[in-house]
Amino acid sequence: MSNILKIVAQRLALGVFTLFAISIIIFLGVEALPGDLAEAVLGRSALPETVAAFRRELRLDLPMHIRYYEWLSAFLQGDLGNSLANGREISELIGTRLANTLFLALFSAFIAVPVAVFLGVVAALYRETWFDKSISMFTLSTISMPEFFIGYIMIALFAVEINIFPSISNVTVETPFFERLYSTALPAITLTFIVMAHMMRMTRAAIVNLLMSPYIEMATLKGIPRWRVIVMHALPNALSPIINVIIINLAFLVVGVVVVEVVFVYPGLGQLLVDSVSSRDLPVVQASCLIFAATYVLLNLTADILSIVTNPRLLHPK
Amino acid sequence: MKTIFKTLLLAPVSAKLGVLIIIIYMIAAIFAPVIAPYSETEVVGDVWEEMGSGFLLGTDQIGRDLFTRLIYGARNTISIAFVTTMLSFFIGITGGFLAAVVGGWIDQGISRVIDIIMSIPILIFALMILSVLGTSTPILIIVIAVLDSTRVFRLSRAVAMDVVVMDYVEVARLRGENLWYLMRHEVLPNTLAPLVAEFGLRFCFVFLFISSLSFLGLGIQPPTADWGSMVRENAGAITFGILTPLLPAVAIAVLTIGVNLVVDWFLHKTAGIKES
Amino acid sequence: MIGKDRDSNRLLTMTGLQIEGRTDEEWIKIVKGVDVHVDRGEVLGLIGESGAGKSTIGLAAMGYARPGCRISGGELVFDGIDLRNSSSRQLQDLHGRRIAYVAQSAAASFNPAFKLINQFAEGPVQHNVSSYSEAVEEGKALFETLNLPNPDTIGYRYPHQVSGGQLQRAMTAMAMACRPDLIIFDEPTTALDVTTQIEVLAAIKDIVKRFNTAAIYVTHDLAVVAQMADRIMVLRHGLLVEENSAREMLAEPKQEYTRELLSVRTFRKEQQPILDGQKPILEVKNLNAFYGDFHALKNINLKVRPATTMAVVGESGSGKSTLARAITGLLPPTSGSVTYDGDILAPSFKSRNREFLRRIQMIYQMPDTALNARQRIGEIVGRPLSFYLGMSGADRKNRVAELMDMIELPANYVDRFPSELSGGQKQRICIARALAAEPDLIICDEVTSALDELVSEEILKLLQRLQDELKVSYLFITHDLATVKAISDEIVVMLEGEIVEQGLKDEVLSPPFHEYTDLLLSSVPEMDPDWLEHLLRKREAVGGN
Repeated sequence: MSNILKIVAQRLALGVFTLFAISIIIFLGVEALPGDLAEAVLGRSALPETVAAFRRELRLDLPMHIRYYEWLSAFLQGDLGNSLANGREISELIGTRLANTLFLALFSAFIAVPVAVFLGVVAALYRETWFDKSISMFTLSTISMPEFFIGYIMIALFAVEINIFPSISNVTVETPFFERLYSTALPAITLTFIVMAHMMRMTRAAIVNLLMSPYIEMATLKGIPRWRVIVMHALPNALSPIINVIIINLAFLVVGVVVVEVVFVYPGLGQLLVDSVSSRDLPVVQASCLIFAATYVLLNLTADILSIVTNPRLLHPK
Repeated sequence: MKTIFKTLLLAPVSAKLGVLIIIIYMIAAIFAPVIAPYSETEVVGDVWEEMGSGFLLGTDQIGRDLFTRLIYGARNTISIAFVTTMLSFFIGITGGFLAAVVGGWIDQGISRVIDIIMSIPILIFALMILSVLGTSTPILIIVIAVLDSTRVFRLSRAVAMDVVVMDYVEVARLRGENLWYLMRHEVLPNTLAPLVAEFGLRFCFVFLFISSLSFLGLGIQPPTADWGSMVRENAGAITFGILTPLLPAVAIAVLTIGVNLVVDWFLHKTAGIKES
Repeated sequence: MIGKDRDSNRLLTMTGLQIEGRTDEEWIKIVKGVDVHVDRGEVLGLIGESGAGKSTIGLAAMGYARPGCRISGGELVFDGIDLRNSSSRQLQDLHGRRIAYVAQSAAASFNPAFKLINQFAEGPVQHNVSSYSEAVEEGKALFETLNLPNPDTIGYRYPHQVSGGQLQRAMTAMAMACRPDLIIFDEPTTALDVTTQIEVLAAIKDIVKRFNTAAIYVTHDLAVVAQMADRIMVLRHGLLVEENSAREMLAEPKQEYTRELLSVRTFRKEQQPILDGQKPILEVKNLNAFYGDFHALKNINLKVRPATTMAVVGESGSGKSTLARAITGLLPPTSGSVTYDGDILAPSFKSRNREFLRRIQMIYQMPDTALNARQRIGEIVGRPLSFYLGMSGADRKNRVAELMDMIELPANYVDRFPSELSGGQKQRICIARALAAEPDLIICDEVTSALDELVSEEILKLLQRLQDELKVSYLFITHDLATVKAISDEIVVMLEGEIVEQGLKDEVLSPPFHEYTDLLLSSVPEMDPDWLEHLLRKREAVGGN
């Protein structure tokens, strides 16, 4: 048992290290600006005194490693700095946005995961039948479409042609739960489509691979009925690859959210990120990127650890 | 050439469809100036005119011919995506093969760095860098190529590893062959199939990605015709029930589907060869 | 069987069995019309080389064909039940309960997520033969009968926690769980070491006799099947070659092919005279090598003389392949030296100059992975010529043709790809590639282990011919004692990284034996149906097992 704990601890340490490395990259990424942050924001024609004052205020005159340290420690304490666009505290700005994005992501995941895994398993069990082939075609088309395409089709169909859902998702902090669900329905469905397609394909592939194992044939030759072979022999060994698939796709979700939020003008972190990139509001860009990246890393770390913990060879060592 | 033609004839319908789609798009991309009725930026009519009203597919949000814009969009987006993918593959394959053949510390070192870069999703990383460096086309190509090459590195290294453990590679090593010979004559010929398939898939991803970036306003800049930005620019029309903005999106989807169909068939064929 | 009522004793009858297999889009005949019958309590041996169709026939006896195969013709009757026209439910009822299967690889056939005892009990419980607790007790009893260590607790382990030989016996127990009428054994000992094989063979033979179970025993090894079967069917290319009782077939084989199979391993070379003053071509002194912390080679000392063959024999884990890697410099030794023709070699091959790399060549076990599938034969054989000897153009082409002649393959093969050649032909190409460098020493790492018996024989003869002609030395690594007897001048026996015995062939192979050599030699099955019995009795008498 201690063997597993050691491996898990190693992974966790690696995860923390990765987070640090990412924070450095993100910090440096912005510092890589040719020229100077101050000049870039204030423009070439700014007076040297204004530029100097700006620099001092943003403490740009300190050496890089000190600035990094200050930035990171402030970040970890919840102080994300101030937006260049409107001077507001970023933590305030991001707070509600992050909550909205998480809501949207979880809403989609809630629908997508069970449906995708179920369909994927069934498609694998009934390989090469019309069911499998039509699902295959459907998922192939879906993953070939850009997210905004699916988004706009949804709008065109369900908001314009048949007016069930609103085409723009206006949610605020005060929106009650069910109204929130209603407003977020279209973007959630769009996101679901995207993620579901990938998840289904991967689940199917994992199960097909599993079904070719010799111990599955052995169970059949022992006269075990097919349903029991699937449930008792295949599924327990499928747990690990499927969990992996789910989490990898949740990571997809994190990225897909950005485009969907823009299509539906949804007040989430993705929308904020895109806007601040356009307006070169660099502190906001830094903070949002860090949050997105950290979520991504944490999800992958969870997938890693879960697949270790569900591996029978590691659970019961020699 | 003859064998390629013969295998094509024997291919299933889906693969033939895929090849047809690709050929049509290539023709549009290459012969754009010849086929398009107007020039890329010419304003020829009213805003959002209907299809068939003198203009094959109607006009866009400032009155340019949509059909022309679509064709030029093909040329721009496809060529940029193609160049980006080529660059990505060049970097990724060289790195991946090197890591697999040399092994040891170099492999560990490069792989760790790549792992860290890969732990930031491409979209986020790209947005961050583009916010700093701006969105000119060369920067776009280089940034996306470098970020995408990490995925190509992963795959090349994986397939190269499968080859590198084979006895025939050890035979060559023991003979005293140098690194270049090993990579070029032993590893590459035996990894072509999965790499070609991956090229198709990465092209689709890069293509979709550039379109998405343009859609977000952070990719190819107007007035250059590009399908992603065209969707963005014409998005308003949807609320009026005009489906114009969907056309460029359809164009994107159809090409991606076509490439995926061909890649699927290709993978099926090469897997079959390996099994028999 | 004469005089008894054959019909009431008849368990399985397959007439005109035809099986097809699918490649790409067409169906090809694998089994082309074979008649098989098994009586109650009888053990039938199916023997043939790879591709003969024996495994497929074994599975067909259950009415089962692997995905990609189908039973396309013939009648299959098991105890009055028509297998071909049975529903899947009926077959499901038979499988495990009345006909059971023991696969070649136990490690792959057990579900890694469940304990052995539960996988054992699953069959009887599902078939309503016994309750769970009854099945568990039965399992422990069977484990004991099969001589598994700790029979009461071993069932509570997971498959990966148990060794190969033990797992194979556990799988046999699992097959016995419902006391079936017939068990199909599909090459159960092929992947095991010779010494482990004995235990498993003994266990199988004992339990089959004890419960009067009929069995079909599939194998490529005639000596093994001679121990286990009452009757033997020799198969080739999907057709029957010869069928007879085991004793009669071994005493008087009627077909040419059967005779060839029997006479395998009778090739013997003449012992080379060893002149004491002769300078060795390869000398290894106090060699030690590690894989990380693991001490793989411990103080190895040996000398190989010119134009002779030294066999390095041992089982898996003995370090014999590691020795090859240490000598060639793929695994640099940590201490000791390797001297070649008087010059000390650098520990790592990367530091050796091209001449030394040229003069020691290596041939590998699997011709499939030793040849680059994307290179033509001409390029494979020709590369060493250009790389080492600077040959090109017509010179190179001519030399390649000469080499092809030496390995007895037609010259026009140079335009072919390896996938167009058979296993034995591919191995010949590997030999040609080694010869192209004009070496003094060739290290043969299990070069015949992956080939069929008859093909191996030919390769050994070829290697001997080449040695006589070119005066090249061989360091021949193998686990197969028959090969050792055939081609060696000197022998080195390895166990767990050390040399336990070495010397001239005649000395090592005649008594008095070192303990381990004795074990190895006696564990090799002979073409004598009573061999296993005698061996077991002898070992029991000595008190060991």
